[in-house]
Amino acid sequence: MSQTPRDNDFTVKIANVNGTGSASANTLLMKSFFRMGIPVAGKNYFPSNIQGLPTWYEIRASREGYICRSGQVDVMVAMNAQTYRKDLAEVAAGGYLIYDSTWPRDRQLARDDITVLGVPLARMCNERFSRARERVLMKNIAYVGVLAALLDIDMNVVRNLLQESYGAKPQLLDSNQAAFDLGYRYAIENFSCPLPFRAQLMDATSGHIMIDGNTTAALGALFAGATVVGWYPITPSTSVIDAFRRYAERLRRDPQTGRSNVAIIQAEDELAAIGMVLGASWNGARSFTSTSGPGISLMNEFLGYAYFTEIPAVVINVQRCGPSTGMPTRTQQADIMACAYASHGDTRHVLLFPANPEEAFYLSAVAFDLAERLQTPVIVLTDLDIGMNDWMCRELKWDAGYQPDRGKVMSAAQLEAIEKFHRYLDVDHDGIPWRSLPGVHPKGAYFTRGSGHNMYGAYTEDAKEYQHVVDRLRLKWETAKTLVPEPVVEQSERHRTGIISVGSCDGAVREARDRLAAAGVGTNYLRVKAFPFGKAVQDFLDAHDRVYVVEQNRDAQLRALLLLETRVGQDKLVSVLHYDGLPVTAASIVDGINQDMARGKAA
Amino acid sequence: MSYIAKPKVAHPGLPRNELGLSLRDYEGGMSTLCAGCGHDSITAALVQAAFELSIPPHRMAKLSGIGCSSKTPAYFASASHGFNSVHGRMASVATGANAANRELTYIGVSGDGDTLSIGLGQFCHAIRRNLDMLYVIENNGVYGLTKGQFSASADVGSKAKKGEVNQQPPIDPCMLALSIGCTFVARSFSGDKEHLVPLLKAGIRHRGFAMIDVISPCVTFNDHEGSTKSYDFTRRHRQAAIYADYVPPAQEIRSGQAAGSVQSVTLHDGSRVLLRKVGADYDATDRMAAFGYLSQRQAAGEIVTGLLFIDEGKPDMHEVQATPDQPLNEVPYARLNPGQKALDAIQSRFR
Repeated sequence: MSQTPRDNDFTVKIANVNGTGSASANTLLMKSFFRMGIPVAGKNYFPSNIQGLPTWYEIRASREGYICRSGQVDVMVAMNAQTYRKDLAEVAAGGYLIYDSTWPRDRQLARDDITVLGVPLARMCNERFSRARERVLMKNIAYVGVLAALLDIDMNVVRNLLQESYGAKPQLLDSNQAAFDLGYRYAIENFSCPLPFRAQLMDATSGHIMIDGNTTAALGALFAGATVVGWYPITPSTSVIDAFRRYAERLRRDPQTGRSNVAIIQAEDELAAIGMVLGASWNGARSFTSTSGPGISLMNEFLGYAYFTEIPAVVINVQRCGPSTGMPTRTQQADIMACAYASHGDTRHVLLFPANPEEAFYLSAVAFDLAERLQTPVIVLTDLDIGMNDWMCRELKWDAGYQPDRGKVMSAAQLEAIEKFHRYLDVDHDGIPWRSLPGVHPKGAYFTRGSGHNMYGAYTEDAKEYQHVVDRLRLKWETAKTLVPEPVVEQSERHRTGIISVGSCDGAVREARDRLAAAGVGTNYLRVKAFPFGKAVQDFLDAHDRVYVVEQNRDAQLRALLLLETRVGQDKLVSVLHYDGLPVTAASIVDGINQDMARGKAA
Repeated sequence: MSYIAKPKVAHPGLPRNELGLSLRDYEGGMSTLCAGCGHDSITAALVQAAFELSIPPHRMAKLSGIGCSSKTPAYFASASHGFNSVHGRMASVATGANAANRELTYIGVSGDGDTLSIGLGQFCHAIRRNLDMLYVIENNGVYGLTKGQFSASADVGSKAKKGEVNQQPPIDPCMLALSIGCTFVARSFSGDKEHLVPLLKAGIRHRGFAMIDVISPCVTFNDHEGSTKSYDFTRRHRQAAIYADYVPPAQEIRSGQAAGSVQSVTLHDGSRVLLRKVGADYDATDRMAAFGYLSQRQAAGEIVTGLLFIDEGKPDMHEVQATPDQPLNEVPYARLNPGQKALDAIQSRFR
């Protein structure tokens, strides 16, 4: 068979009802592509609900390696009668829709520009399986079988995956294999297989893993040596702690005592979760919490306290759709401003922006080094897309030579040797004072207070003494600019148009740049990885006539931060925004940029 | 206040504790509270308790929230680390601190406003975790720093300085603590140091959450006729039901201490608390009985003081969490790092 244009370049979407156990079937399908060496992305659009509401899983296969949301559906598996109308409408012209033909579908709903394929999934499963739950679950595996035939998925790959998942439970393996075969055989016998969308073996996934960013953020904290976790459940950050607990309890276990070097404390609320982190960090343990928007709102007072009293803290904020409760299971990048200046008074916080699970791993580890080096909170801003979806990433490596940077902590010997310890004295002129830990040495004692204090740590209401401290904190901020990760820059002298973006926009921006370049529009690209912005960001802004700022919120928060914190002028920065709660697509970025360029030409 | 110098001169004849330290070594900065404030008496009692227990000051950590009460950690043990946190949230800071280093002695000082309003949740949950700390509530029924509003511990009918009468029922920290499983519940009076010091010592040595509600009159805003938290009212209505004596490990019980009806409770470190009961057959290890007794006496208008309840047998937060004996902040990184091999093994599940 010769290669068709859509080989390894299509999107499959499965519409289902939550609570019906489709996750393992969807993972099986997604991993089949991955094991065939095809770059793939799996995105889960799920409701804030336990059972009965619509849920979708979308798999994009892309031989070019584009793994952001494609924004179109080529093959829809419509398992949910409730959303059938919408799911049918979403299929791109020339695409396919597969539905469960056990029950008649609404004849009113028809499209002549797509192909609709009926498979009696429920009937086949009801005949083959006897238990009610099994009948429901196996329908999902059966549609994977249908898709395997239609998309020409390698059967050995599927067999191996089933063996790995259920090998230890022969009965389950048999049921799954049988359900898969039901679907596969039905498709082969009744349809013209394969479709023009085919999965063909490639070799583009070796050295990679398929993983979610909440797992990797947890691993970053684990490998960085975090020992105390204060946390409160909140979607979509809960699985950060689930993963941390799963790995920490096992990998930190002392074989002799059976006890693990970790304390994971479920707090009564986010106010307490961050309080625990501060208490533990003040006491010299590496400590973190993970949360999402509403939790950040609640943590504000303590974040300001930690800034002013100079206590390290690591917060992983898996952003979701705001404002207020918003859409807890949808993604956004709308906490940038709320985190940058969290809390009352003159406060500012170090932010890190991973773009994918791989970076979430490394940056969550870096967050601890920065927090302790700078003695201040560091907030890692991921989002639901990074945190809870399946991303193809390069394998994670942990530097064997890594030693935690504990920052300026006085040892017992150092304290013994000095005459008197002063907590907030800037002895090194970098704005970062030395700290002491409780219990180490009698000379180390000081009083941590959120009230006005002077450079010696004593209470003050004196104008000059107070101002001296807050000015020194500003100097520390300047030091932070030299310590935070550099942005990713892709720049050519030929282009005068720049794109600045952040976090999970990265994949879509890269694809958009390729499309723009194909249309003759060359762009340079900078992705910020941290706040405060360093010199590289300023240089990039200076070097371009027009800079598109691509981000996933309504109010152009990254753009606002650039305007506030660099010398760039208003007119130079043009926003390209996406904020409907679904991950951004390349198409929406291309459209945004083209529209602005068209306006420019018209003017 | 720290900029008011306090002479650090110790008389050579001052008594020394086992560490060779004098009472002066447990003192702190000069108090800036009002003259006669009950809180200062509690501070003095804390100084004495820590001195008598011979706790190395740097192995002690003082924590507080916001309010007059929460200033007091600055007024004792200046050789200890202090943490004056945000309003009502000392308990969570203490939880994290204790999680990081289980070996230090944690002394929390809070007030009725700090604990029973904004801090009520954190107070309750620290109790539920049986966090190993001493938690002192300096209870005066009033917001002092903001000039005299009722707090949640104000009694119905208690009159404010400007004449307003409180209508809302109070939250009694002892009853509350008893009802949610607190393992050490005591009440005392700032005007009776002899009563308070042994309670503080027992509370410090208790493994788990030791709550001591100390009636501590506010001389400026709540010490007038009509107030139920005044010195006068407290003295007239107080019923010192249970006196506690603290007996250090390996020390003989003196004959005087054993007089009358005495209940002895052994603490984890081998020290004992002797409960001399004024009432007849009070059993301070019976939670339901303590609850009943307290309700009855309260209904009769009495302020019962003493070690009302103690349970040494409940696991503290670390036992429940199954954390190692070595403080987590001392575990070397080499033992925390799972290494590349473990990372590879994890990743094999993600292909």
